[in-house]
Amino acid sequence: MDLTYTEEEQDFRARLRVWLGKTLPELPAKPSPDDWPGRRAYDAGWQRRLYDAGYAGLHWPVDAGGRGATPTQHLIFLEETERAGAPYVGANFVGLLHAGPTIAAEGTAAQRARWLPPVLRGDEVWCQGFSEPGAGSDLASLRTRAVRDGDDYVITGSKIWTSHAEVADWCELLVRTDPISEAVPKHRGISWLAMPMDAPGVTVRPLRTLAGSTEFAEMFLDEVRVPVANRVGAENDGWRVTMVTLSFERGTAFVGEVVACRRTLGELARTAKANGRWDDPVLRRRLGRLYGEFGALWRLTQWNVSESERTGGVPGIGGSVFKLAYSHARQELYDTAAEVLGADSLVLDEEWVLDRLSSLSYTIAAGTSQIQQNIVAERILGLPKGR
Amino acid sequence: MDFRLTEEQQDLRAGVRDLLAGRYGREALRASVDSGGALDRGLWRELGGAGFFALRLPEPDGGVGLGLPEAVLVFEEAGRALLPGPLVATHLAAGTVPGAAEGTAVVTALDLDGPLVAHLADADAVLGVPSLPSGEPVRSADPLTPLHRVAAPGSAVAAYRDEGALLTAALQTGSALRTVELAVRYAQEREQFGQPIGAFQAVKHLCAQMLVRAEVARTALYAAAVTADPAEVAGAKLLADEAAVRNARDCLQVHGGMGFTWEADVHLHLKRAWVRARQWRTAGEAEEALAAELLTAAR
Ligand SMILES: Cc1cc2nc3c(=O)[nH]c(=O)nc-3n(C[C@H](O)[C@H](O)[C@H](O)COP(=O)(O)OP(=O)(O)OC[C@H]3O[C@@H](n4cnc5c(N)ncnc54)[C@H](O)[C@@H]3O)c2cc1C
Repeated sequence: MDLTYTEEEQDFRARLRVWLGKTLPELPAKPSPDDWPGRRAYDAGWQRRLYDAGYAGLHWPVDAGGRGATPTQHLIFLEETERAGAPYVGANFVGLLHAGPTIAAEGTAAQRARWLPPVLRGDEVWCQGFSEPGAGSDLASLRTRAVRDGDDYVITGSKIWTSHAEVADWCELLVRTDPISEAVPKHRGISWLAMPMDAPGVTVRPLRTLAGSTEFAEMFLDEVRVPVANRVGAENDGWRVTMVTLSFERGTAFVGEVVACRRTLGELARTAKANGRWDDPVLRRRLGRLYGEFGALWRLTQWNVSESERTGGVPGIGGSVFKLAYSHARQELYDTAAEVLGADSLVLDEEWVLDRLSSLSYTIAAGTSQIQQNIVAERILGLPKGR
Repeated sequence: MDFRLTEEQQDLRAGVRDLLAGRYGREALRASVDSGGALDRGLWRELGGAGFFALRLPEPDGGVGLGLPEAVLVFEEAGRALLPGPLVATHLAAGTVPGAAEGTAVVTALDLDGPLVAHLADADAVLGVPSLPSGEPVRSADPLTPLHRVAAPGSAVAAYRDEGALLTAALQTGSALRTVELAVRYAQEREQFGQPIGAFQAVKHLCAQMLVRAEVARTALYAAAVTADPAEVAGAKLLADEAAVRNARDCLQVHGGMGFTWEADVHLHLKRAWVRARQWRTAGEAEEALAAELLTAAR
């Protein structure tokens, strides 16, 4: 048990701080939440700055164009960027946090060379086409079909809740290359493809979220042709590739957000002090409890990072434990914020209120809490699979 | 930074677990329940001999010379085994109360948030108090924590509050981890409707939440042991209390009617968790301390 940082790590932190102090004031103004092209340009611009400064793909392996940083350095990076109020990954989320790492782990040399550098430079944005109207939690029952025709797959079907689909260049798409049958388990016949979003036959229809924004969309695929060469991993082996992807999604994607929540909690305490709500002992204690919980969640990220050093950087299923605790705590944070704000919590212009609405997705997206509980019970605790 | 346990720490933990399994296994536990909760002086001396109380005393003073992280690992094991007695108070008294380090003296403390004292009849001394107070015995909710009501409770423990809270959090965490195991084992063995009850999602989800609580508490505990930061200690106590109490309750639920039966150990975990939740730092006190720290940090 050692929570101190090595000299090298402290050095890394210091240099990063200097760079952030210099770079953040140079950033253009943030676009409005509904200006999607503007947001994409903003996120791409930030990614480009990271790239030029040598911070892009920090935790990716060197042979994938990354910096091969240790998980601890990556943690420091996330901590410092968040603390300094740097932009989020935003539109680059899928490319950087899971399509990229998946291609790095499972792709051929040619695939890595084609897709990874533009992700790191912020030139190309990815989205994730996994969920379908009939296949959410039960992802393996997806029906979007890919039929081979010469050197192409011809794809027909539809996807839903595809985040950032409106502005994406590429989609990590799960398709069925072997029909569901009695003979093979349904998760067998799935393949993982990189689909260009401008291919003929791709239609994106924005969906409004309950927060009023259009951060995700429906996607209709009508005889879309995608080269067989765009398949990552073997045909019908897409489920295994997907599991690699999801472990990245759960393992590291939320680290920076814990830091953000701790900052938010501090702002909340100041607000409560200013408007007198701090004097309510019930509310004050609730805030104190949250401070304890987010402190522990931050330590849990450090724990998971230490553990992942053992497994060579691939996040373990400890990510499910983290996600369950975190998604609940985050919702509690914004419910507490509403108590601090009182009736102002009904005014949609308040950033708190939009964040509260967004936080409702945390127990659903990237695997619902119920599914995470199944994973913890079956894969960590070893309870029998049931129906 | 490497949060993982060192090899020495893993060995220490395994050693204590073996020792307690041999010396205070299930039968010993039930025997002490049957005997009305009187403290086993022989066991106390053996714990002293194994360094349980002198763990953090410097070696020149006859101690083991280890730190809070190691103490926390050892107390976690004691919590798993439901080892009774004023373990924390005696550990804190090592080096000041003669015999505490060796386990020849039993030292309790005025660590409850009311005029009650645990293990007073068995105690040779009370931490930070010149003489033993007199007290009226009352019936205790926990069969292994006898209680006395004293006239003037006093506040002699202030200087020990953080360490006491941290070590108590370790006991709670150990108990929380143990009740996850008990629940999971029962869920795998007990069959209803033609299958193990652990195949039912309602049961699975109870177990999964138990693990989440215990793991979050354990991480907070280890971090607090490394930093010894008062706010982090308060957080660890808060989360460990909750994990121990809630896990014992969920474990009881998973055990069904068996869980409500005196013969099953689940109620012993729950009752002890209730006692510890009132020792050194209650949830309310921890929350207030954390709130104050949050405001300071946010300025
Ligand atoms: C903000 C947001 C962004 C998203 N972005 C993307 C994206 O970019 N790409 C993408 O592919 N998908 C995305 N999703 C979709 C997301 O992955 C799914 O919503 C999620 O996996 C749940 O599937 P579902 O919505 O079909 O719910 P369902 O699977 O229909 O579940 C409905 C309810 O039933 C419960 N349930 C279902 N099965 C079980 C079971 N076996 N045991 C117990 N309970 C069960 C669930 O827990 C839930 O409470 C996004 C979702 C949100 C909210």
